[in-house]
Amino acid sequence: MSEQQIPAPVQQTKKQRPSFQLFDFFYRYGTILTIVVLIVVFAAANPAFLQSGNIINILRSISIVTIIAVGLTISLAVNGFDLSVGSVATLSNAIVISMFVWFSQNPLIAILSALAAALIVGLLNALMIVKMKIPDMLMTLAMMFIIQGLAQTYTKGATISENMVLPDGTFSTGTIPAFFSKIGQVPYIILLMAVIVLFAHVFMTYTKHGRFMYIIGGNKEAARLSGIHVNKYKIAAYLLSALFAAIGGIVLASRVMTAEINAGTPYLMDGVAAAFIGFSVMGAGKPNAFGTFIGAVLIGILQNGLVMMSVPYYAMDILKGSVLALALALTYYKQRG
Amino acid sequence: MTSPLVCMKHISIEFPGVKALDQVNFTLKKGTVHALIGANGAGKSTLMKVLSGAHSHYEGSIQINGQAASIQTPKDAASYGVQTVHQEVDTALVPYLSVGENMMMHQIEKKTFVDWKELHRKAAQRLKELDIDISTKRLVSDLTLAEKQMVLIAKAVSIKCSILILDEPTAPLSHTETNKLFSMIDRLKQNGTGIVFISHRMPEIFTICDELTVMRNGTDVAAHLVQNTDPQQIIEEMLGAPLEEQFPPRTPLKDAPIALEVKQLNDQHKLRNIHLHVKKGEILGIAGLVGAGKTELCKALFGASEKTTGTVQLHGQTVHIASPHQAVRAGMALVPEERRKEGILTEESVGWNLTAASLRSFSSVFSFLHRSKEKREADEIVKRLGVKTPSLEAKVKHLSGGNQQKIAIGKWLLAEADVYLFDEPTKGVDVGAKKDIFTLIAELAARGKSVIYASSELSEIAGIADRVYVLYDGSIAREMTAPTTEEELLYHSTGGQS
Repeated sequence: MSEQQIPAPVQQTKKQRPSFQLFDFFYRYGTILTIVVLIVVFAAANPAFLQSGNIINILRSISIVTIIAVGLTISLAVNGFDLSVGSVATLSNAIVISMFVWFSQNPLIAILSALAAALIVGLLNALMIVKMKIPDMLMTLAMMFIIQGLAQTYTKGATISENMVLPDGTFSTGTIPAFFSKIGQVPYIILLMAVIVLFAHVFMTYTKHGRFMYIIGGNKEAARLSGIHVNKYKIAAYLLSALFAAIGGIVLASRVMTAEINAGTPYLMDGVAAAFIGFSVMGAGKPNAFGTFIGAVLIGILQNGLVMMSVPYYAMDILKGSVLALALALTYYKQRG
Repeated sequence: MTSPLVCMKHISIEFPGVKALDQVNFTLKKGTVHALIGANGAGKSTLMKVLSGAHSHYEGSIQINGQAASIQTPKDAASYGVQTVHQEVDTALVPYLSVGENMMMHQIEKKTFVDWKELHRKAAQRLKELDIDISTKRLVSDLTLAEKQMVLIAKAVSIKCSILILDEPTAPLSHTETNKLFSMIDRLKQNGTGIVFISHRMPEIFTICDELTVMRNGTDVAAHLVQNTDPQQIIEEMLGAPLEEQFPPRTPLKDAPIALEVKQLNDQHKLRNIHLHVKKGEILGIAGLVGAGKTELCKALFGASEKTTGTVQLHGQTVHIASPHQAVRAGMALVPEERRKEGILTEESVGWNLTAASLRSFSSVFSFLHRSKEKREADEIVKRLGVKTPSLEAKVKHLSGGNQQKIAIGKWLLAEADVYLFDEPTKGVDVGAKKDIFTLIAELAARGKSVIYASSELSEIAGIADRVYVLYDGSIAREMTAPTTEEELLYHSTGGQS
């Protein structure tokens, strides 16, 4: 006899104490409230904070993180975790710049080859996870190393830039077209971010595919037994994740016009922070593109405001980490309750 | 006369809303095998959990060797020499440690440095005493189910064990493995160990046991010496008074066409050579005890298990169903046994759950969802099934078991399948909701859907099915047409031959 017929306890939703509702309020609007408070504090400390130039500056500074974090968010939605996004950004950065500088290619070919390389990485990730059943985080961790090393090998451990010295002693002759440098400048960089956030939000919330991804993330086995193509959607999620990471890398290339070693690496951690802070925004309780954007805004404001208040850049990670820990505490405390 | 090894008197225990045990008496003598038998939910496991210290809030007294014993925790129970081998052997062993390490776990725990040679020597000796031929250096993950079980028993008796509880030990075992287990039980018996043997299988009880106690609805109904009784009597005692009418009336079928026909279905583990068919508008029962292969059969039909062979015909057309996705496309629906793990999305809303299997019908150009239509139809299902939920947005984990099950069924009503598979649909569901589920299933059949209803609750099968296949140890033991009785079903489910 393996089953015991004990009826599952019915939890009563009526019995909500005021303190619980207060917590609920903070859970939903805590992030946005924090942003408002930060703006007020920073503006009081330094009126220049609220100038339109600075606001645009903040938005520009978060756009690459946001684009990469949106991809990460999609991988989180299927209960995956793509740790390779930083390396993929590095790789696409290197490919784009090298296409211009080393091979004098036109922008279309440069961008397409960067995207193609990223999609191959995404596909590899997905297939190893789906077919070999490697846990998501471990597979993408391995991939992170591989791609990081691959990008470094490709650039031979050097920074690629216009007029760089080539191994044979000559100078590279390729140039980065002016059009390409526009992508990383205001307003295009901010517009691109907005379009991507909007696209991901609509895709995840209003389409069948997005819903399926959330269902898979919620309970893979139940999703499978509901007739959902679990593997297909997991592959799609990792492809999207890699695609957005590559776009982030391309935008980064356009901003700095060089390809430095591991240029994309820092974006992984910021992206993870943004995505997890985003869980709780508006009470979504799950990874969502809009929340990720808000998470990135929070980090961006914090960073910008603290720089203005002369907090040294090297102390910044302490604060970012603390904010992330706080956001995670909110999310997991809520799940437990 | 010496006092019995264990004497449990007037044991009562209550769980929220359920009186699981009511004044149960149970006596186990030294050096005997005592069978504990009863239908699902009769309280056998609960009684043994009291003895092994898993429940502390019981009333009544326990005497061990004539002395009053206070058993409140598993540790207390172990100090009195009570050891249990549960049916789920995998949860009790650490797969990536060796047999020896697993057996001697209780000693490793106490030490800082472990003498591995000594440990393996001791473990090997224990295994030898029980005539078990397994190397102590092997990893537990490499063992077969039967070997794991033997290791567990060896581990249990190597500690300090005068009372051994075996909870359905033979369910996963083959015939030869069972015989091996029995010879081991014999050896333990000769050493004076008292053994409680929980099983559904009548022939085994009459082979190995000396005494038996029959339980029903949380009480002990009878105790016999095995030699003084026969299976017929036991089954009557297990069933007791007939169940009240909770099943909708069924009208006998006319010549309906066959909706689903399966031939030569095999899987790698359990199922052997299954032939079955179900007609349009028919409720087909799959009867069988726990471990008979009902869940495996449902999953195999639904394309959810790997490496199955056999041919499947839907409405006369041969179809190839290799995944649940294809099964759903072909018009099949499965309400799985493990509701919380497989049937519903506990963290999601009622609305999302209800439309999860039919989202295709709510999407238009570019896969955009018709959210208003989705809400309207989900709302309709909630009303139709009488799901008690505050709103469509409420998370399913907050609903009761019965309401969760209604949602697990409801999502397939929206998907409009032709063949519905139900695997233990009433498990953990209260009586009121049970009746609703039966009515719902009868309605489905009346609308021309084919229903396959798999359950170990034989009274339910007898009550609702038009035709029954009895599953025993992975193959179909018998086909029966309604009216059947629970008694007949139990007879065949326990391996009775006629």
